[in-house]
Amino acid sequence: MNNAITGRKTENAIKESMFLFLLYICVVIAILTLMTLIYDVISTGFERLTDDYEIGIINKIQVENPRDFLTSLDSRDPLKAGIGPAFAGTIWLMFIVVSITFPFGAGAAIYLQEFAPKNKLTRFIELNLTNLAGVPSVIYGLLGLAVFVRLAGFGRSVLSGGLTLTLLILPVVIVASREALKAVPDTIRQGALALGATKFQAIFRQVVPSAIPGMVTGMVLGLSRAIGETAPLIFMGALTYVNYYPDNPLSGFTAIPIQVYNWIGYPQAEWKDTASAGIILLLLLLLTMNSLALFIRNRFEKDW
Amino acid sequence: MEKVNLNTSQENLSKEFVFKADNVSVSYGEFVAIKNVNLDIVKNKITAFIGPSGCGKSTLIRTFNRMNDLIPSASVSGTINYQGVDLYDKDVDPVQVRRRIGMVFQKPNPFPKTIRENIAFGLKVNEMTDNIDDRIEKALTQAALWDEVKDDLDKNALELSGGQQQRLCIARTIAVEPDTILMDEPCSALDPVATKRIEDLMQELVQNFSILIVTHNMQQASRASDYCAFFTTKTSDDGKRRTGELVEFSETNSMFTNPKEELTEQYISGRFG
Repeated sequence: MNNAITGRKTENAIKESMFLFLLYICVVIAILTLMTLIYDVISTGFERLTDDYEIGIINKIQVENPRDFLTSLDSRDPLKAGIGPAFAGTIWLMFIVVSITFPFGAGAAIYLQEFAPKNKLTRFIELNLTNLAGVPSVIYGLLGLAVFVRLAGFGRSVLSGGLTLTLLILPVVIVASREALKAVPDTIRQGALALGATKFQAIFRQVVPSAIPGMVTGMVLGLSRAIGETAPLIFMGALTYVNYYPDNPLSGFTAIPIQVYNWIGYPQAEWKDTASAGIILLLLLLLTMNSLALFIRNRFEKDW
Repeated sequence: MEKVNLNTSQENLSKEFVFKADNVSVSYGEFVAIKNVNLDIVKNKITAFIGPSGCGKSTLIRTFNRMNDLIPSASVSGTINYQGVDLYDKDVDPVQVRRRIGMVFQKPNPFPKTIRENIAFGLKVNEMTDNIDDRIEKALTQAALWDEVKDDLDKNALELSGGQQQRLCIARTIAVEPDTILMDEPCSALDPVATKRIEDLMQELVQNFSILIVTHNMQQASRASDYCAFFTTKTSDDGKRRTGELVEFSETNSMFTNPKEELTEQYISGRFG
């Protein structure tokens, strides 16, 4: 009897540990792939950012002012090319995207979650929001080209780019904001109403403030998707060679991912390293934003 | 739209009834949750609603402050007269109703803000912001919570214990000076010590307020209430639908010592339900 019991236990234990091992392997493969990519980018790009810059095995070239990479303009010479205008373009895009997406995204989410009647039209809108969140990003580039560049006459400007990216992430931000509102327990709404608050007061003074951290997290994650996008911007006609800083919303512009895409297309080896340096900057930007989202979520997350 | 003043009808106050429910039925769509209830709730007394799960007690109590309005499929028939005014008259503003008839819920639901803000919210939406600190102190004192929290009013309310949270919910309810408090199983999430405190508190509050309480706890109803309404569910002939009904309504003492209905006697003696 005893033996039978112990026998079963061992058998199950082996099965369990085998399965755990498989899961473990999956994690290791995913992380190793990511690490390899990051290592590759950093090992090639980081040298470009330091004084001693080696090309191949024999040639050792001194980059004149490697630390100017962040601020200098693009150039025909890979050793002089900087990411300045693209960096500025990305900052412009972020500014435009945030200032339009947050009010519209939060507003639409609040309406749909708290006020919209539960009818066919609302369900149709909800269904389409989820669909829009899955539309390939080039399609948004096409839309941006037709609507903002041509129809609205904004040209191939940073404004058109920002609006295109806004359309791209708006569905994602609305869905995330709705989830944040949905996570606020109904007892909070009822508690507020039972005190003689109007529906409007209950929602705007209790429900929405409780959901703000979740909404901001969704916004930051959406934004970090937007600044990594290349295809829609190229499609709507963002420039690839920009030798000036955009100084108003109607300026032509380029963004970091476009600049990287452009550099990597040149045949010389030096360009590959310059592109890697650009990728490092983009990675840093994304990492900062995702950490910010994580921080907001952990700091303000509520245990109901 | 002219709003009906809920303060009127002094002559009805002399009869000491706060609510007169006449033939009240509540349904959710096709489903009738509770039907044909006739109840007169006495002012400044504690009235308990008891009965098995699904008998519609919570549904019924929510008709007294029009919380059922929030459920689109819910409909109420019959009349509920509140101090001389028909609560479901089209000129009655449900927001005003809820201000005058407070509600404490089953699970403590403080807002995820400071203790001070929890009470200030009701005062602000009701434009009672004069002497706000005095009002907060008074409400917390009445809810027997002041001594425990007076030094950290800016602490997040979610850090309080369950019993303290529920007393905070009572405090914010009485801060807006209602005249009736509805309690929907206010102690079901609390331990016996916290429950005892809430029951003691109810005895204090009933000096100034009329209290309606839904409870699953027979002992609580017998200890804490003056009047008791016993509800049960009746299954329809095809056995598919269960509808709540009022079985017996009387003074708590007489119900627990000398129930008029067989069903009541079975329930309070624990042989059913």
